Amino acid sequence: MAARRNIPVGLLFILCSLTFLIATNTHETTSTSEHPDKAVNLPEKSTETGGQTTEQPAVEERQWEPTEFQEETVNDAAAEKQDATPPETTTTSAGAHPKDDFQEELVIRPLQSGDVYASFQFRTLWETDFMKGNKVSHYRLFPKSLGQVISKFSVRELHISFTQGYWRTMQWGQPFMPSPPGAELWVWFQDSVTDVDGTWKELTNVLSGIFCASLNFIDSTNTVQPSASFKPLGIGNVTDHRFLRYATLPREIVCTENLTPWKKLLPCGSKAGLAVLMKSEKLFHSSFHSQAVHIRPVCQDSECTTTSWELRQTLNVVFDLHTSGQGKREWSLFKMFSRTLTEACPLASSSKIYIDITDNPQGEQFELTPATHLLSQAVVLGDRRTFSVYDLTEANTFGSMRSLNLLIRWKSSEGDMLRPLLHAERYVAGYGLQTGEIHTLMYNYHPFRSFPILLLDSVPWYLRLYIHTLTVTSKGKDNKPSYIHYQPSKDRVRPHLLEMLVQLPPNSVTEVTVQFERALLKWTEYTPDPNHGFYVGSSVISALVPSMVAMDTNNTKERPLFSSFFPCKEESSYFVRIYTEPLLVNLPTPDFSMPYNVICLTCTVVAVGYGSLYNLLTRSFQIEEPNPRLAKRIANVIRRLRGVPPLA
Amino acid sequence: MGLLSDPNRRRALINLLTRLNAPICAVCYIAGVAWFMGLAFEPFTLRTYMSENAMGSTMVEERFPAGERALATGREFAAHKKRAGGMPVDWLVKTMQSRGLEVFTQKFSRTLPFPDENKERYMVKGTNVYGILRAPRAPRTEALVLTAPCSPGDDNNQAVGLLLGLAQYFRNQIYWAKDIIFLVNEHDLIGMQAWLEGYHHTNTTGIDWSPLQGRGGSIQAALSLELSSDIITSLDLVLEGLNGQLPNLDLANLFYAFCQKIGVTCTIQGKPCCPDHDADGNEASQRPTMGGPRAFFTCHHCWQVRTNDFSFINQILKLNNLLERLHQSYFFYLMPSLSHFVSIGYYMPAFGLLAVILLLRALDLWVQLATPPVRTEDGIADLEQSSPEVLSVLTPLVISHLTGAALYFFPIQFQATAVEHFPVSESEAVVLTAIAIYTAGLALPHNTHRLLSGEGVEQDWRVLKLIAVLYMAVLLGCTALINFSLGFILALTLVPMAAFITPHRPKVLSAFIMVILSPACTLLFLVFFFQDLQEIPVSFEDGWMLFLSVISQGILDHSLYGSLVYPLIALMVYPCWLLFWNILFWK
Repeated sequence: MAARRNIPVGLLFILCSLTFLIATNTHETTSTSEHPDKAVNLPEKSTETGGQTTEQPAVEERQWEPTEFQEETVNDAAAEKQDATPPETTTTSAGAHPKDDFQEELVIRPLQSGDVYASFQFRTLWETDFMKGNKVSHYRLFPKSLGQVISKFSVRELHISFTQGYWRTMQWGQPFMPSPPGAELWVWFQDSVTDVDGTWKELTNVLSGIFCASLNFIDSTNTVQPSASFKPLGIGNVTDHRFLRYATLPREIVCTENLTPWKKLLPCGSKAGLAVLMKSEKLFHSSFHSQAVHIRPVCQDSECTTTSWELRQTLNVVFDLHTSGQGKREWSLFKMFSRTLTEACPLASSSKIYIDITDNPQGEQFELTPATHLLSQAVVLGDRRTFSVYDLTEANTFGSMRSLNLLIRWKSSEGDMLRPLLHAERYVAGYGLQTGEIHTLMYNYHPFRSFPILLLDSVPWYLRLYIHTLTVTSKGKDNKPSYIHYQPSKDRVRPHLLEMLVQLPPNSVTEVTVQFERALLKWTEYTPDPNHGFYVGSSVISALVPSMVAMDTNNTKERPLFSSFFPCKEESSYFVRIYTEPLLVNLPTPDFSMPYNVICLTCTVVAVGYGSLYNLLTRSFQIEEPNPRLAKRIANVIRRLRGVPPLA
Repeated sequence: MGLLSDPNRRRALINLLTRLNAPICAVCYIAGVAWFMGLAFEPFTLRTYMSENAMGSTMVEERFPAGERALATGREFAAHKKRAGGMPVDWLVKTMQSRGLEVFTQKFSRTLPFPDENKERYMVKGTNVYGILRAPRAPRTEALVLTAPCSPGDDNNQAVGLLLGLAQYFRNQIYWAKDIIFLVNEHDLIGMQAWLEGYHHTNTTGIDWSPLQGRGGSIQAALSLELSSDIITSLDLVLEGLNGQLPNLDLANLFYAFCQKIGVTCTIQGKPCCPDHDADGNEASQRPTMGGPRAFFTCHHCWQVRTNDFSFINQILKLNNLLERLHQSYFFYLMPSLSHFVSIGYYMPAFGLLAVILLLRALDLWVQLATPPVRTEDGIADLEQSSPEVLSVLTPLVISHLTGAALYFFPIQFQATAVEHFPVSESEAVVLTAIAIYTAGLALPHNTHRLLSGEGVEQDWRVLKLIAVLYMAVLLGCTALINFSLGFILALTLVPMAAFITPHRPKVLSAFIMVILSPACTLLFLVFFFQDLQEIPVSFEDGWMLFLSVISQGILDHSLYGSLVYPLIALMVYPCWLLFWNILFWK
């Protein structure tokens, strides 16, 4: 019965994703509109739709507070607007090479904690079809290695991310592209694939080679098929989760050897454009580093008669300027990346830098140089944000120095960050090596709205979940999940999969607990002696969170009167996916240096102690008659002959 | 073992063992004690060395530049503490936040079973403040803990100052691979216990605590700072865990290595450099049974060392470098000095020699029982004996254990009644009740004999003694494995008593010796002995008062932190001793 309830949920997701895509397209085509009002309203439309789907950063707006995106530029002066708009039109109407298109952008958001969040996005669109037996052999902007992967393995959608560090939601807010620590890979296959598991296995090995990562450690013991949490983000109507595979490697360390192949997928490599900034010694000298590749089919035009393939490469970094700046609060491109920008990638149709200045409308928080008049507004993650835009395709952006070095100098360190509405954490309770309990806490900070979340937990088989101990409580009361999908593990074959749809009451903490027992592994299954323990991947929480925009009821900002009467608007909720911490669990581990000692000791005890004791206990003792002496024997013979009784 | 399967030679061996039993026992005892004494010297001790490669003393910071600032912070903290009349929670939260930590608080409360007169507390309420320094690019899976207790009075302010100074210093470093938790806990151990239980979401001791908001993954190691003076001349390392658990030896080695490197005197359980350590040391060694209760961390599978020093910047640094759980090196060791240690393989023989005495006596008794003396060889008598034998052995066993159970349960159960009827305070009532029950147990033989219908027979006491001796051997053996110091001290006093007690010894003299060697008297002597070692000899009255407070502390430690010494003594060792007492007065 629970499963049945799931169907509407699934449908909802599909619908959402579809509408989102359509919205995306319409949005792009109309984005050239000059009407300021329209420009403001557009994002609202796409929020609601893009909401449910997921991590599409680019065109859609997501979580709670600061974010950017949106190509609609709203500016004060009409003249500047005209400057800004042409690049967007190229997406749809560029003449010379309509077949593929490349865009790059960098979003920089100063965070309240003093850190700086930089998010790169590179999008390659290609109007081609890998499927239906098409043999695609001529590649231009799209990387050939990935194109071959798509056609060989009949991949419909591929999402892969490598992350070093943990996104601190409570300090940094929601990321544009959420990703769990370590590596994450999820793939939707075409429904023409017959042996999904085999294809998946091959695919992970190939990707492992492409990205120089240990993706080949993905096997059936850490792969699951989520029934509701991961829906296709591109077009397509197959939602049978038989064609979905999801796996994480929480232990994966991300470093330069993963970054280099990732950079090579870019049309300009790291030779020109924004990618020049990606110097690995700086990127890895940071608090958070995440790089991802997303491939999906998208609509080619508003009618969606044909599809194109979209490759989106993203890189998110959070720089801790406190550490590197010796306490001085200022940063510049040069300081962060040890490079400045001199040109856009010549192959890119659009190349822009966005700086989030929402908290700084009058320049009271920080000072931004060189100044720009180009502004852009977008609703991202449920919040309306304002950005300064630098268009790298314009020569005057670089000024007389022929190089662009953005500089932000903080004036005050005050200001409160809006708390994200949804926050989650997870830990292992208990001590000792026999049992334990996984606690997942989900915080809903919304003052008056409750919202549903989907929790996905994939736990390795060697933690034997006692599913009967599963409890979900909010505010001290039992909170019955409306949908539970649980797939028990099989030892050495597959992990536990637990999916739940839970309603989070307003302003509450919901706690999910489940007890587990630590299994004793076979001796070859233990990791080498120097280990930290065993990792359990992050849980995934996908939610429709009420929007911030809808939340501010006493809005003093100037808004058209017609837009502010009803508190709930179309954009009232948006989609968020957050990841909890991975867990580190110790399993009962024998001391592997001991077997020699143990064998020696045991052998000694068995041989000497037990052997002789057993001997003593089981042997029957008899007093042996000593042999009579020869003389006595002769005497007895004589006595017998004489008929006299023999001597004793 | 072929020796044993040959009846003649076996008989000869057994004859030898029974004939020479007493001398062999005496030799074993002397050898055991001598071996133990020898543990302080070269062939038995090994030089300490670092097992963990990642913790080698390279790549460390030689200087801590913010020392002055730490002292200033310490003074500021002291001022705020005075103003707040306790822990300045708000100030701490603000200070930690300004140093870039994620700060959380935890409230806890606990009502002790009876008022603690040493520390003057009964209903304990407090707040722990902790800040987490998140490691960049680490996914919150591992954590190190650095704690400084906020003690009443002027103690330990410098430690808190140092803690905050370190927080600031660490914040500016990029190389952290594990989250570092800076914890300032109130009511020292109770606060620590509450925090740890909150962190692991368990409740083993019945403290009320509010759930923790922030965590940093599994705790890999912990350091606790205690510092009461602005100028540091020497550092004392306290390696003690609850119930005899010890931190990984590598932690201690590391600390020592750094002390040597920076040329600071380092002591272990040594002469205290400041008075507060003195008090602390007292606590620990007066209850040899107990071990300092600092390291609860050990029972949560994380390892802790308490130090008071600058050099733990480096220590933290090295721990940060750990690529694996601390599992190498030793967990069972004794440390005669910081540069040497005695591993379990060397110190256990000393105990083994003492335990052998019990086994020899058991063998002797077994042989005597198997071949009854010729004069009592009488088939009819044997048949009659069999049934009362069981009863005569079971009765003292049951009664002495009941007495032990009474000793364990009654003092706390009946404190209210005692306070009503006698003019004493609650904690005195508990201690005096315990002593009264202990003493009342001495009347046991009388009670036993009243229950037994007939007179005890020669055979019976032998059976009882055989059982009692084996019981003691097992008991002491297990104790010594877990907590060598406790096991060895108990063995030192109980074993000779157990070996030579028979009903035929002169009653008064033997009874006197037995009482002297009983666990309670051992504890009393140790109080004096310890004071003497500390070169602070005490008068008899003071010693007696100390003795009483040690008992009440022991009971409190059991109910507060789950220390097992009190139940061990009350439920096992004391009944065992009573069995021998019973044998002495066998009729």
